[in-house]
Amino acid sequence: MLDRRRFLALSSTALGVGALAACGSGGDSGSGGDGGTDVEVFTWWASGSEKAGLDALVKVFGEQHSDFTFVNGAVAGGAGSAAKDMLQSRLQASDPPDTFQAHAGAELQDYIDAAQIEDVSGLYDEYKLTDAFPKDLVDRLTVEGKIYSIPSNIHRSNVVWANAKVLEKAGIDTKKAPGSVDDFLADLEKAKGAGVTALSVGTTWCQVNLLEAILMSELGSEKYNGLFDGKTAWDDAAVTSSLEAFQKMMGYTNSDRDSLDWPDATQQLIDGKAAYNVMGDWAEAAFQQAKLKDGEDYTYFPLPGKEKIFGFLADSFTLPVGAPNADGAKAWLDTLSSKDGQLAFNLAKGSIPARTDVDESQFGTYSQTALKSFAEDAISPSIAHGAAVPVAWLNDLSDATSQFTTGASDLAAYQKALVAAADKYAS
Amino acid sequence: MRSRVRRYGPPLLLISPSLVLVGVFVYVLIARNLWTSMTDNHTAAQANGRKDVSFVFLENYVALFKSPQFQHSLWNLVLFTAVFLVGAMIVGFVWAWLLERPLPGGRVFQTVYLFPMAISFVASGVVWRWLLNSNQGDSATGLNRLFQMVGLDVLENPWWNQVTFGIAAIAIPAIWQLSGYVMALFLAGFRGVPDDLREAARMDGASSLQMYRHVIFPQLTPVLMSAIVIIAHMSLKSFDLIMSISKPANYQTKVPAVDMYVFKSSFDYANAAAVGTVLLAFIAILIVPYLIQQHRERTR
Repeated sequence: MLDRRRFLALSSTALGVGALAACGSGGDSGSGGDGGTDVEVFTWWASGSEKAGLDALVKVFGEQHSDFTFVNGAVAGGAGSAAKDMLQSRLQASDPPDTFQAHAGAELQDYIDAAQIEDVSGLYDEYKLTDAFPKDLVDRLTVEGKIYSIPSNIHRSNVVWANAKVLEKAGIDTKKAPGSVDDFLADLEKAKGAGVTALSVGTTWCQVNLLEAILMSELGSEKYNGLFDGKTAWDDAAVTSSLEAFQKMMGYTNSDRDSLDWPDATQQLIDGKAAYNVMGDWAEAAFQQAKLKDGEDYTYFPLPGKEKIFGFLADSFTLPVGAPNADGAKAWLDTLSSKDGQLAFNLAKGSIPARTDVDESQFGTYSQTALKSFAEDAISPSIAHGAAVPVAWLNDLSDATSQFTTGASDLAAYQKALVAAADKYAS
Repeated sequence: MRSRVRRYGPPLLLISPSLVLVGVFVYVLIARNLWTSMTDNHTAAQANGRKDVSFVFLENYVALFKSPQFQHSLWNLVLFTAVFLVGAMIVGFVWAWLLERPLPGGRVFQTVYLFPMAISFVASGVVWRWLLNSNQGDSATGLNRLFQMVGLDVLENPWWNQVTFGIAAIAIPAIWQLSGYVMALFLAGFRGVPDDLREAARMDGASSLQMYRHVIFPQLTPVLMSAIVIIAHMSLKSFDLIMSISKPANYQTKVPAVDMYVFKSSFDYANAAAVGTVLLAFIAILIVPYLIQQHRERTR
C-alpha cells in the first residue's frame, strides 16, 4: 500500500513537473478552454453501489454534454483515505484533476485555506441551484458568503437498523421505535437477553458515528450544531450525559469491533448475530443486496431524542484552482446538479437527491422516509464524515474516542480530550 | 597532478550521477525534513505557502515527547521491536541449529520455513487480521476458535485489542514471516565454519556442547549482528503489517509510523516531519555503531 502510494505520489509529482514544463512552452493559454475534451473526475467510488451511481451519472453526462469525454480518476481503498492521500499530493504538486469528490462542509476547509478550490457560487446562479437546494443545506455549504462545492446527493448518518426476526425473538415490538435514548438502552438489554450481540459496531469511525448520533439525540439540533462554532461547550453537562449513554451502549457491542469496517458490522445484523446497528443509510444497499425485506426482515428508525434530527452528510464536487479543463469540469457540475443527473445517480447509489424538485415516487421505501425527513426535520452535520469538523479536529476526536473505547482512558479524561480538541480547532 | 586526474577522474565521473542523486534525494531531503520538523507548519494553508511558516526550533519535539499519546506510540514500538526481535532470533536460530546437520528432508523444511518471506506484509496481514480476531467464547473465530477446538481455552485472549500489550500480538505474524530469513542467515553462518575447525575441536576431545559453546558460536557473532540490525530496522518501519491488521485510528496499535501518517493526512507537515526524524534517529542509533564496527573489521 505504502509503496503504491509513494509511487503514485512520485509519478504525480513527475506529471506536475511535466505540466509546468508544458505551461512554460505553451505560453499564456489562460485557464481552461483549450484543455481538450477530456474531463478527469476524481472520486473514491470504485465498487458496489458507489460505482453504480458514478456509472449512471456518466451516462447522463454523455447525453447532456456529448462534446466532453469522461475520464475516470477513481482511486479505490480505505473508504476514501487512499484517494484523499493521493489527491493531497497532486494538489500540492499543482496537478489537480478537473474536479474531485469531497464531503461537503468542514472537510473542505483545508482546501479553501490552501486556496486549492474555486468559489462556485456563480454556478449556483447560472444553474439556478439556490432555489433547487433546501436553504438549510445551502447555508451549511456557505463559508463567508462563498460556496465551494456542489452536492450530488445527501446521506443520513443517524439511522438505527434492526434485524426484525431477532427483535421478535427478544420480545421487542418491531413496529414501534423507542422514544428516547434510555428506551433504546432498555431494548438493547432485552436484545442481549436473546443471546445475540445487542449492538454491532465497527472500527473507530463507526464508533464516532454512533457518538455523534447520541450527541444529536441528547443535545437537540441547535445545541449540537453549537458544538462546532463554540456556542456549546464540550464540557457541558449534556455532553457528559451523552458520553455516559455512549459508554453504556458500547457495553452492548461486539468485542471484535476494532477490526471491522461498517460492512462487516452490518453483516452481523444481516446474519442474525446482532440485533441493532447504528450506521449511515448507505447500509440500506447492503440489506437490498442480501435480499432482506423492508419491514419484515429489517426495520429502521432515527436514533430517538429530544427532537427529530436528520444527521446529514453530502458528497459533493469541486472546481480545483488550475483545473486543466475548467469548462469540462463546469459541464460535469452542470450534469451533476441537474434533475436528471441527481435522479439517475441517487437511484443507483441509494442516497437521496440534494434537489427538492426531483420526482420522489421513483425512490424506494427507505429513501421515501429519508426524503420526508430531510424536508421536515432539523438538519445537523455529521462529525464522522467531514461535515461538521475539519480533518485535524476529526483526527483528535477519533483518537480520544479510540482511547476511551479500548479502555485506556475514563470518561472524565475522554471529555477532557474532547474539550482540548475543541479549544485547539474551534473558531 | 595530471596523473591524479587520470587515475581518479574516470571512476569519479562514473559514480558522480549516483553521488548527486543520493546527495539530493537522500541527504538534501533529510535536511529538508529536519527543517520542516522545526517549523510551525501545521495547517493546509501553511503547507501550501499561503500563510507564513516560522521557525520554532525544538518545540514540536518537546510537545510530542510530552504528549501521553505519543509516549504510548513509543512504548508500543519498543514492545513490538522487543518481541519481534527476540522471537525471530530464537525461532530462527533453533531452526537453523536443527537443520544444520544433514537430515532427510532438511531441504524441504528450509524451503517451508523460508517461504513466508515471499509473502508481502500486507497480504499476510489480511489473513492474520482474521486469525487474530478478538472474539472469545461463542463467537470466537481464528486462533481463539482453534484453541477451543484443541481444548486450550485458557489461551484465548483479545490479541491486539488489549491496550497495554496488544501490539505484541502483531509481532507474531512478523516473527512468522521473518524467522525463516534469520534461519537462512544462521545456516549460512554455520556453513561458514570451516570443517577443519570442528575436526580440530573433536580431536581435542571437545564435547558437542563445548564445541558449540567455544568454537561455533563465537564465529556466528557477525551473523547475529546482521540479523539483529535487519530485524530491528524492519520493526521500526513496520507500518504495512500494522495497518493491514488494524486501522490508523485504533489507539491500541499506534506506533510512531502510524502517527506520522495521521499527521500527514491532516496537513500537519511539521509534526509528521518531527515523527519521521525521531524514527530516523532510532534507526541511526541502531545502524551507525554497526556500520562503524563493520568498517573497523574491514580495515583491520
